[in-house]
Amino acid sequence: MAEIKVPVVRNILQANERLASENRRRFDKAGIFVVNLMSSPGAGKTSLLERTIDALAGRMNIAVIEGDLQSSYDAERIQKKGVQAVQINTDGGCHLDANMIQIALDSLDLAGVDLLIIENVGNLVCPAEFNLGEHEKIMILSVTEGDDKPIKYPLMFQICSVLLVNKIDLLPYTDCDLGKIRQSARQLNPAGKVFEISCRTGEGFAPWLSWIEDKVSEHRKNRAGAAASPHAGKH
Amino acid sequence: MHELSIAQSLLDIIVDESNRHRLGRINKVRLRIGELAAVVPESLRFCFDLVSRDTAASGALLEIETVGVTARCDKCDFSFEVQDRVFECPKCGQPVFEMLSGRELYVMSIEGETGEEDG
Repeated sequence: MAEIKVPVVRNILQANERLASENRRRFDKAGIFVVNLMSSPGAGKTSLLERTIDALAGRMNIAVIEGDLQSSYDAERIQKKGVQAVQINTDGGCHLDANMIQIALDSLDLAGVDLLIIENVGNLVCPAEFNLGEHEKIMILSVTEGDDKPIKYPLMFQICSVLLVNKIDLLPYTDCDLGKIRQSARQLNPAGKVFEISCRTGEGFAPWLSWIEDKVSEHRKNRAGAAASPHAGKH
Repeated sequence: MHELSIAQSLLDIIVDESNRHRLGRINKVRLRIGELAAVVPESLRFCFDLVSRDTAASGALLEIETVGVTARCDKCDFSFEVQDRVFECPKCGQPVFEMLSGRELYVMSIEGETGEEDG
């Protein structure tokens, strides 16, 4: 027997990363814009979906993957809006991974879908480490959670390209300082966008919706480009 | 928490590498983990003990090297250690978008014994 040391240098999450890139290729081929929506439980992920779907219905084709520890309550809420929704139950697992998405995709008809929203499990820590193949990571922080959250959960705020600050209609009833949230979000992630919204009243939704629409049309163009020559459609 | 998934992925890599290099028993695994990675070392060790039970890596020591958060300013090309998670260039005050280190989750090396007692 001999004692040996093997240099390795491998990313521990490489298996997940590989599946995430497979998902990404699939999304890009179909020209679908995909977001990974994260927040703590109760911040308003499903309410955001409901209002966003209502506002964008008719302008684009939306599908949703719902991640939850248990129950299909959220998927049913979303299906009522007339969009495709598939539920993933993680049975206690604290995050979605790329493999779960790959399996869920088999239950969705991706043809003609413009926007796929993946609602992650409510958690500000674990989902941050697992890429799903999405184009953008988006998070919601509700003002009732407190303005110290960016400092306490830096990775999540660092990696999300959009921060939606929700429940601003409740600001008068909290000690939450919006300025503090904006400042710490900017320090952690200078390139990130911040939208202040209320899913209950619809306040502040216009910039968020136009951000989504711009992204969707960008990805639609890619789909058209892949299917035809660059000059097609000009006649 | 998600340290369990990470411990499982880590074990998969160790098993793969030890098959490739014919290691019979694993004594030590060196890891590099970024300060911004959402991984708690104690929790990872605990989960690794669970998933590695009855494998060649059972009882292996996880030696974890923590990597600080560093970034580079694209305006003045200055590289620096990020203090208090503020991504701002200490030289010119510009916001900084390029992170150089801090999110690592790497297996760096595996130490073990070649399983020659099998023949």
